[in-house]
Amino acid sequence: MIPAAFDYVRASSAAEAIQLIGQYGDEAKFLAGGHSLVPAMKLRLAQPTVLVDIGRVSDLSYIRDGGDHIAIGALTRHMDVEKSPVLAEHVPLLAHAAGHVGDPQVRHRGTIGGSLAHADPASDLPATTLALGATYVAEGPNGTREIAAADFYQGYFTSALAPDEMLTEIRVPKMGGAGWSFQKFNRRAQDWAIVGVAAWQRGSECGVGLVNMASTPVLASSVATAVAGGASAADAAEAAAADADPQGDLNASVEYRVHLAKVLTRRALEAAAS
Amino acid sequence: MTMTDNTTGVLGQRLLRREDPALLTGEARYTSDLPIPGALHLAVLRSPYARARIVSVDTSAAAAMPGVTAVFSGADLAEAWAGPMPCAWPVTEDMKSPTHYPLAVGQANYVGDGVACVLATSATAARDAIDAIDVEYEPLEAVIDLEDALSDRVVIHDEIGTNRSYTWDLKIEESEGQVDQAFADAAYSVKERYIQQRLIPAAMEPRAVAAIPQPFGGDMTLYSATQVPHILKVMTALTLGIPEHQLRVVAPAVGGGFGSKLNVYAEELLCVALAKRTGSPVRWTETRSEGNQATIHGRGQIQDIELAADSDGRLTAVRVRLIGDMGAYLQLVTPGVPLLGAFLYAGVYELPKAYDFSCTSVFTNMTPTDAYRGAGRPEATYAIERAMDSLAAEIGIDPLELRRRNFIPTASYPYEAMTGLVYDSGDHDRAATLAADMIDYAGVRARQQTQNVPGATKRLGIGVSTYFEMCGLAPSRVLASLNYGAGGWEAATVRVLPTNKIQVVTGTAPHGQGHETAWSMIVAEKMGVSPDDVDVLHSDTAIAPLGLDTYGSRSLSVGGVAIAIACDKVIDKAKQIAAHQLEANPDDLEFSGGEFRVAGSPDRAMPLAAVAFEAFTAHNLPDGLEPNLEAHTTYDPPNFSWPFGTHMCLVEVDTETGQVDVLKYVAVDDCGNQVNPLIVDGQVHGGVVQGLAQALYEEAVYDSDGNLQTSTLAEYLVPAASDVPAIETGHTVTPSPTNQLGVKGIGEAGTIASTPAVINAVVDALSGLGVRDVPMPASPNTVWRAINEAQGGQQ
Repeated sequence: MIPAAFDYVRASSAAEAIQLIGQYGDEAKFLAGGHSLVPAMKLRLAQPTVLVDIGRVSDLSYIRDGGDHIAIGALTRHMDVEKSPVLAEHVPLLAHAAGHVGDPQVRHRGTIGGSLAHADPASDLPATTLALGATYVAEGPNGTREIAAADFYQGYFTSALAPDEMLTEIRVPKMGGAGWSFQKFNRRAQDWAIVGVAAWQRGSECGVGLVNMASTPVLASSVATAVAGGASAADAAEAAAADADPQGDLNASVEYRVHLAKVLTRRALEAAAS
Repeated sequence: MTMTDNTTGVLGQRLLRREDPALLTGEARYTSDLPIPGALHLAVLRSPYARARIVSVDTSAAAAMPGVTAVFSGADLAEAWAGPMPCAWPVTEDMKSPTHYPLAVGQANYVGDGVACVLATSATAARDAIDAIDVEYEPLEAVIDLEDALSDRVVIHDEIGTNRSYTWDLKIEESEGQVDQAFADAAYSVKERYIQQRLIPAAMEPRAVAAIPQPFGGDMTLYSATQVPHILKVMTALTLGIPEHQLRVVAPAVGGGFGSKLNVYAEELLCVALAKRTGSPVRWTETRSEGNQATIHGRGQIQDIELAADSDGRLTAVRVRLIGDMGAYLQLVTPGVPLLGAFLYAGVYELPKAYDFSCTSVFTNMTPTDAYRGAGRPEATYAIERAMDSLAAEIGIDPLELRRRNFIPTASYPYEAMTGLVYDSGDHDRAATLAADMIDYAGVRARQQTQNVPGATKRLGIGVSTYFEMCGLAPSRVLASLNYGAGGWEAATVRVLPTNKIQVVTGTAPHGQGHETAWSMIVAEKMGVSPDDVDVLHSDTAIAPLGLDTYGSRSLSVGGVAIAIACDKVIDKAKQIAAHQLEANPDDLEFSGGEFRVAGSPDRAMPLAAVAFEAFTAHNLPDGLEPNLEAHTTYDPPNFSWPFGTHMCLVEVDTETGQVDVLKYVAVDDCGNQVNPLIVDGQVHGGVVQGLAQALYEEAVYDSDGNLQTSTLAEYLVPAASDVPAIETGHTVTPSPTNQLGVKGIGEAGTIASTPAVINAVVDALSGLGVRDVPMPASPNTVWRAINEAQGGQQ
């Protein structure tokens, strides 16, 4: 478990980090919590030549009330998201989902921005923020831009971020008292979800995000449409996989994933409505 | 010096383990922790193909890299070996074993098979250089399926001309014809096939090796994370042609093994051979991915079992056909594993001499298998305990009732089984009754009536398993009859130091079992001292030159008993000295509480401490008596020991997702007298979790090309503490009549009993849906599929 040789530089601000990543080019990688990147490096699946450590950019660790939304600094650790009273009040679904990421060790080191930028469809927070209609803020050499979560995920571990851009903030709309549920199904507590469902519902309006049901996190729009049309939870859940394209793996066949998505979506909608 | 005469009764106390402070604070030194100045680091290039001809190996680029001392292909080292990698258990005269060297020569035969290696001044440099070795492979078709292997459609090893290693039959003369007749006459019979999936042992500490040569004289010290320093010493000496007296093997702190460190591995031999060759220390530490590929796997069997029963459900015959998966080569005891289970396919049940067992073992292009916690016995127990549930369903009676009808009656012990083995003791009904009470068996059956109704999606299931753990390997003569390459004795030395502190030298090799604590308690009980005054020396062949190490739940019932016998010898000698000093007849002396007293004259007494000092000064010993208080024993047990018990498991299965929740787990184990119940409970907890892991979580998965799909712990699902239930332990105590401590063994009971208990519970929960079996591991996907299939595709 020895990674290939790499250089290490530490950035003290977002601007410096962006400057450094631009300087070193394509072979450089941001290092935040390191809980996805470092294991991949140890297995030599990832061999960046330079790591730009942004772990000490402390001004990107915050959770602020932004009026209609909550703004979360990209370097906020999962544990801080999980324990945040502000999120507990305004976006409880996200706080709860953050408590399901990995294990306590991962949650104390891993960051929300790192998790989202890594764009692993099996991770909990991409689908959760997608369901919540979040907007991500990216900073690059030419300034900042906003990217809707729905536009951010492009494929396995592939996001809309340019190589010299850095995710700096996540803006999550307040849930306004909507019911919610996070259904994570896995074999061991610390594992990635085999299938996960993040859902909120307010009357006939809902958002449903699916974990590990395609090469990207999936917004189950068909379910939302069915709910808007007055379908029961059970009937709406039948459409759970309509927007998905799941793959089979050691834990689940395609058929089983589709089945699980329906069962978990139904359970999530029932819980969110109650 | 103070005498502690209040320690009588130390046996049976829940003393905290003396090993734990060092282990928990990080003070303990594992092999990889040892500072070894000037050591070269070994890294091994492993075959990415399950079967491939090695066309060429170009080491030049790797050899030129910074820090690299040398690079070797398998062919480069062919002259280094005096013999091939050892297999110590040629189970039949005609057993086939392909030549196996630490690095493959000519052909690689599994993903992970070593092909070349690097020595470098740092682990990093060695690892980097591995990537620069250029190997040209010609991939060949791999054989993964056991029945495909048996067909010899593709023969893996040209030199032996077949994939069949051996066929071994358990022959019982009186059974001739009886089995067929019993099946012809049977009122009920069942025939089942079970698959024992491959498991990866995944000990907490990976393997690690360091070989340190002496610059002059040729002595060599081998440090290894091994369970078997003594066996490793003999085998390394033989394989490398090193004079055995010049080789010292040390197992420092060792973090678990579960059988996976009961072996002689390529990396151990490579480190020694290259240390010898270079004159420098050579060290190696396994990565977890290497461990998943190149440390032995466990289990790997196809089991066909048939039971015949009379109209009361009493067993009349058992027939078993196994196919054993040896993997690519035979490791140390690979072929013997199915034999260790061969005697146990009738479980704890009374069976006439109508027993027919045959095992054929085959080579495949996968990691070699070998002993893994229980080794053959969990497989056997699984088959009989699952089949008993099938038989109960066939007859239409409760599975616990069927078991009760078949238990060997307590009054029959010692019981000569149909195989000729004598079971030393048992009280199965008592253990089953206790387990049933603890889990409220009757109450659960009643709850099922209301809960498992048509349409219910949360279904309750209860599983029972009873077992014998044939352990305490073992009488050497019995091992001889199985063609095992060693005996089953254990050595012990007990030495009373001048200040009445006691040193014990044991041939056992603890790697997490708590032998230091347990052995000190045995000595304390025997000698009337505090356990704190007893030091236990082990796992270094320079300190403990004789021993057969730790595996097969043998350490207490063989090694612990050896210590007790050595204590008796010391006491006998001390008694002569005390009698001389007290001017009494030795026969008139009593020894208790660490003091010799003249019977009937309580004022005439001499504490052991005083005797020890007399023995040391030797100023006034009886004529002809040698100075010092020390005794050595080599103990060969007269029989295996036979722990038994009943485990019960309560599950709830979510039929929508296939998820199995273990609600309650009850383990009733009878391991005879308990030296330290805390350690017993720990062994049960760990064993149950490991067996439950086979039932629900773990499987080494290969694709059809022989690629290991579970090469990291992200894919190979070892359950964590958060994934397993609380385990309730109960015990009955039926002392073993074959040794003076009345002890049996407990190391493997949990893995033997728990796997069938869990699967029986899962199948019981789903029986109302028509499910008769669920393959292991019973993952949610697998359970869901089993329900679907039973429901004819409807769900």
